[in-house]
Amino acid sequence: MDDIAHSLAMIVGEAYFSNQPEEAYFYARDPGLMPPHKPDYVVVPKSVEEIQEIARLASREKIPLVPMGAGLALTGLTIPLKGGIVMDMKRMNRILKVNEKARHVIVEGGTSQGLLKAYLEKNYPRLRHSMPDSPATATIAANVMIHGQGRLTQQYGFNSDMISGLEVVLASGEVCKIGSCSMSPDWFSKGAPMPDLTGLFLGWFGATGIITKVAVKLYPKKKMRDVEIFITDREDLVPDMVYELTHTEMVEDINIFAQPKPMIFKDNHHIAIFITGDTDEELEFKRKMTWYSLDRFIKSKDGGFMGVPPVMKPTLLEMPQRSVSRFADVKKGGGFEYSGPIIMVEKYPECAHKIVELAEKYDLGYSGMARIIGRSHAMMYGFAFTFNRADPDMMDRTRKALHEVSEFALEAGGVFWKATVDEQKMAMEKMDPNTLGIMKMIKENLDPNGIMNPGNWEVI
Amino acid sequence: MYELKFDENLCKTCPTGDCLVKCQYLDVEKKTAVEEMVKIGQGEDSFVLQDCVTCYACEEYCKRGNHPFYLITERREEKGILTSPRAITKQWINIGEPQGKYRLGDVKERVLSFGFMPEFLQWVKGKLFEDVMPSYIFGQEFFCNVVYIHFANTSIIKERLPKVVDNFRKLGVKEVIFVHDECYGAFAHLAPAYGIEVPFKSVHYFEYLYNRLKELKDFIKPLNIRAAYQRPCSSRLSSDQHHFVADIMELIGVDLIERKYQGENALCCGGIYAMAFGYDLAHDVQKRNIDDMVEHGAQYCIFNCPACQSSIGAEVAKRGIKPIHLIHLCKMAIGEM
Ligand SMILES: Cc1cc2nc3c(=O)[nH]c(=O)nc-3n(C[C@H](O)[C@H](O)[C@H](O)COP(=O)(O)OP(=O)(O)OC[C@H]3O[C@@H](n4cnc5c(N)ncnc54)[C@H](O)[C@@H]3O)c2cc1C
Ligand code: SF4
Repeated sequence: MDDIAHSLAMIVGEAYFSNQPEEAYFYARDPGLMPPHKPDYVVVPKSVEEIQEIARLASREKIPLVPMGAGLALTGLTIPLKGGIVMDMKRMNRILKVNEKARHVIVEGGTSQGLLKAYLEKNYPRLRHSMPDSPATATIAANVMIHGQGRLTQQYGFNSDMISGLEVVLASGEVCKIGSCSMSPDWFSKGAPMPDLTGLFLGWFGATGIITKVAVKLYPKKKMRDVEIFITDREDLVPDMVYELTHTEMVEDINIFAQPKPMIFKDNHHIAIFITGDTDEELEFKRKMTWYSLDRFIKSKDGGFMGVPPVMKPTLLEMPQRSVSRFADVKKGGGFEYSGPIIMVEKYPECAHKIVELAEKYDLGYSGMARIIGRSHAMMYGFAFTFNRADPDMMDRTRKALHEVSEFALEAGGVFWKATVDEQKMAMEKMDPNTLGIMKMIKENLDPNGIMNPGNWEVI
Repeated sequence: MYELKFDENLCKTCPTGDCLVKCQYLDVEKKTAVEEMVKIGQGEDSFVLQDCVTCYACEEYCKRGNHPFYLITERREEKGILTSPRAITKQWINIGEPQGKYRLGDVKERVLSFGFMPEFLQWVKGKLFEDVMPSYIFGQEFFCNVVYIHFANTSIIKERLPKVVDNFRKLGVKEVIFVHDECYGAFAHLAPAYGIEVPFKSVHYFEYLYNRLKELKDFIKPLNIRAAYQRPCSSRLSSDQHHFVADIMELIGVDLIERKYQGENALCCGGIYAMAFGYDLAHDVQKRNIDDMVEHGAQYCIFNCPACQSSIGAEVAKRGIKPIHLIHLCKMAIGEM
């Protein structure tokens, strides 16, 4: 064992360190399309102190350090592009404190979405957080790191807008508190009314620091939840429909999907509208308001509420919705990737055309799916393709299709979400140079040795 | 192309205009009713073509052998008058498209047809059906497609139904017991109205159950319950079979409550109305219907159509009435549930 390996093993304990080919193979890749690259070391720390020590070591030795949650971002963000240490955060999975009345929870940097959901259901049945539809092992810290979106995003914005404090270990090994927790025992605000420093870390993919704690806002969990699906064959009207729906302020989440299979979904765009209530009356009132809001489209025959078959409801109401993961394996090769630009809702028709055009051009299975962010302030439009990992030609076609999506998204005024390294480069080329200048200052100051998730957000 | 047999001369001499006078959704008196039907027969415009909500009932109200509802549907289609939003219509047409995923049991000359309703694969079990099971068929290939009259789309019926008939013909079946009455209506009445030849005898599952229960009479323990019956739209296409509901209830000791919305006055479950017309019509109809069941002291609501059950079953249950399909009720009576 070399000196570094020995030091790392000492820090985390032999059982939580590896430089063996099996682990290197596994940690070299994610379920997406990016080519693998092996790490030299894998560590699975248990405490903030261990993470500090690892960061100090990595800085001293100038070894890349790549934090990893569940590795499910799909766009290669946890692939150690320049080798070094992959730091798997999964043992940092404690739920530290729930403040019920102030509706927030403080969790460690590797706590999974599923764990928090189960914990709240058991101990705080009137509270919930904004669950994304990624598999339940996905971590909360990573999800806010990449500005994920979840079930409450239509109401409260990106999941990262719903945090109320961070604790971060810098490349230097220093621990830094961000938000009210920097001067108060209470984690109720991520910045306001002070300068909001979360932007130094969020969206940086771990290239400026490692989140060791995050406080996430919790929201009222109503006793009942239901879903309605409004369908239309006029993609050009979808933005107006969403506008009307969001105007009601009655809706929990709005997802839109269009896909050619199964037959029940062919030819139409489906706006899945989720509603919640504590009583039958509350639920029915909200249902009525959402139906009324779309009445003019029913009258003009441009859309209608489909009867959601009883077998379909539980699938739709699941959190996370496992059907998304099932779609990931329709080609039976376990390959799935989506490019999900954040873009104006008015671009829905263009996105919907584009995905069909690309699926036809590259002969791929597809699903177009959008999640509305805020009251129609933007949407994540997912251009999702499935592929068989055992079929290199299909993988290549998927890669090409996704590249075209990136070009299209930028052209259409969109911004990449969980951008691949290539997309990061495209974004930085297009970005206002002064903005890029600020990014450069931040990166150089927080990571002077360029060891934090190198390859990502490398501002030249 | 198959043509509907409709004789507007019958309307010209019609003493009642019942097809529209009795309509629960339009307010029409006899003179207007007859005039409008004649106009529609002659291909002219009529407010009826705009306002009909597709409850099917006029097929039953007309006692003179005409087919007012089929005609309204044909004319709507010719004139491009949509009943439902296009997306809904497309969705339903896509669902019914044969996929090669049909299922066949051990098919004999006498066979049960589940149409395209997967529930029946689970429900049709036990003594009631052992007489004919496992001779069954299921899938889009055997789906009657009649539901498309709700969507004013007879051309898809005329296109698909002969192929479906052919699929039955290829199996060499002589007698088909339809577990969904829309299918029975399709093969027993709609197909002949369009001149489509059907090479087997159609039996409604009501009749089958009635006869079977008589054979199993020693097993029957009267249920002694009060029940309302939710009559589906499709039952209007086979009104000759409707009496079996009362007959079966008598056999199994169910008190079928007298209520406002029964028999000819039955109200639709509202499922199609919600999709086609939005919240208000569907909810008004559902509320009146369920209020009526409650007011008349129903303990159970008996469903004939699984689609009705999924439309209002939950709402019925919330009002303290137990929703149950007729098949399950019969099973209950012979101690199988
Ligand atoms: C089927 C499927 C459905 C999905 N649906 C959604 C959805 O609905 N909404 C959504 O937002 N996403 C979705 N995703 C994308 C993704 O899985 C999630 O965003 C998930 O939360 C990412 O978490 P992770 O732990 O897997 O992150 P990782 O992939 O492990 O990490 C993501 C990034 O964060 C960095 N990172 C990880 N932990 C830390 C830390 N503690 N400190 C600093 N940096 C860190 C990593 O280096 C990497 O750059 C979906 C993915 C799949 C496969
Ligand atoms: S359709 Fe029948 S009820 Fe109506 S007017 Fe003609 S004959 Fe009379």
